Amino acid sequence: MIPAIELNHVSKVYSNGTVALHNMNLAIQDAEFVSLVGPSGCGKSTVLRIIAGLGQMNSGSIDWGVCDRKLAFVFQEAALMPWATVQDNVHLPLKLAGTSKKYADVLVQQAIQRVGLSGFERSYPRELSGGMKMRVSIARALVTKPNVLLMDEPFGALDEITRSKLNRDVLDLWSQHRWTVVFVTHNIYEAVYLSNRVIVMAARPGRVVADIAIDAPYPRNEEFRTSLLYNEYCREVSQCLMATMNEQPLLHIVGNDYSPSPQI
Amino acid sequence: MTILRRRKSSQVSNDTTQRVSIDIVAPIIVGILVLVAWEVFVRMTNLPPYLLPGPLLVLQTLITDWNELFASLLVTFQITVVAFVAAAVSGLLISILFTQSKWIEKSLFPYAVILQTTPIVAIAPLIIIWLKNNTFAALVVCAWIVAFFPIVSNTTLGLNSVDRNLVNLFQLYKASRWQTLVHLRLPSAMPYFLGGLRISGGLALIGAVVAEFVAGTGGARSGIAYRILISSYNLQIPRMFAALLLTTGLGVVIFVGLTVLSDWILGKWHESAVKHEN
Repeated sequence: MIPAIELNHVSKVYSNGTVALHNMNLAIQDAEFVSLVGPSGCGKSTVLRIIAGLGQMNSGSIDWGVCDRKLAFVFQEAALMPWATVQDNVHLPLKLAGTSKKYADVLVQQAIQRVGLSGFERSYPRELSGGMKMRVSIARALVTKPNVLLMDEPFGALDEITRSKLNRDVLDLWSQHRWTVVFVTHNIYEAVYLSNRVIVMAARPGRVVADIAIDAPYPRNEEFRTSLLYNEYCREVSQCLMATMNEQPLLHIVGNDYSPSPQI
Repeated sequence: MTILRRRKSSQVSNDTTQRVSIDIVAPIIVGILVLVAWEVFVRMTNLPPYLLPGPLLVLQTLITDWNELFASLLVTFQITVVAFVAAAVSGLLISILFTQSKWIEKSLFPYAVILQTTPIVAIAPLIIIWLKNNTFAALVVCAWIVAFFPIVSNTTLGLNSVDRNLVNLFQLYKASRWQTLVHLRLPSAMPYFLGGLRISGGLALIGAVVAEFVAGTGGARSGIAYRILISSYNLQIPRMFAALLLTTGLGVVIFVGLTVLSDWILGKWHESAVKHEN
């Protein structure tokens, strides 16, 4: 089977000499939910930006197995236009693509409804909470009916309760639409909960150190979050991360997370 | 899920009314006290009006000379408005030009600064000589030179301070240069542009007044600065004060008008115009 996205020997060096990625190979299957986990500076966001075409690679190539590929990107900050209402923000990708207003209105309405923001169409971003802004951002990504969804630490700035709610919602949406998702996070628990596969990356130079298949059925619910299997996967990912940065204590990574740390 | 709605309890509205009344009443009381002290001082010391007229005399002169002074004020206002609109339009266009290429910005910006730092009093005579057949145009050019720089500098800053993520988003959706300008850069720059307008409104008036002083044009269509000048030559000091009062009043009106415009445009989304409650 041809992978949907295949990175071949991708390297990226920033102009200040930082090796962001070194000889990165990664094959992502169609409709797969893949998470990239790693310490800051390991190039996980760089991978996403290169896939999105927002950054140039120094060497290597990307092969696309998706025909008619439509990308959508969700940033860490919601990246909404503060001067535009929720519906105008969601409408933006369609406006840029020149979609007819009538058809666009229907799509915008659907997308807003899908992320549970009906009734807030005319609100401005400043009137919304952090979680709601993120929902707008997701609706904006959905509105073009993408087949590849790239998410760069989308819930990193949210509180744990909002984060787990949005995690569930993203899984719901994914099970309906079956996009290919590449999800960047520094949260091991989130990665294991969401993904088919967790790719562990190491820094200096940025590279893949482990590729762990999360062999648990969907739909995943709160039961999965408390299961032994889930904990074992979390531990496995943690250990891989720890091994890549043995000069630094594991607390460095887990310290950013709100979830209780697994027994190691 | 909750929306952070504005609280509308009676407590809040009471606070607001109270604050508004303090905003208005306090400066008025100070103003009245100063005017009374001034009037009393003038009467007690028997100062002749050509040294310092009392406020009542100034008011009286303002009323008797109203027709002439107000007509002159309108002439100055006209110069100010034309120069201001020209500054707003040219300033906006120049800053858009600047952001199209770093090269254009780097090579032209210093000259915009030079134009700004050259004292208008010094170059006004030159401009008046060059445009000697059209004094109105000469005065407009002088006022424009003073008014346009804050708009260029503010708007350029605004056009360049766009959220990086939004720029990336526009790139991802393959937005054209024009789309990025219209839908992203210009709205982002709007608060900066409006800030520039507020500064330039006052400056355009000052520019017009300075240029009128230098030009010293008389006749039927002379501006308020000319009235001030002539009054001072003739030692009609109360009349000079009245004209000055009108000029200052016009400046305040321009500033308040632009502030209202700015709040109206930004009211719904920008931090500067949104009312906050804690």
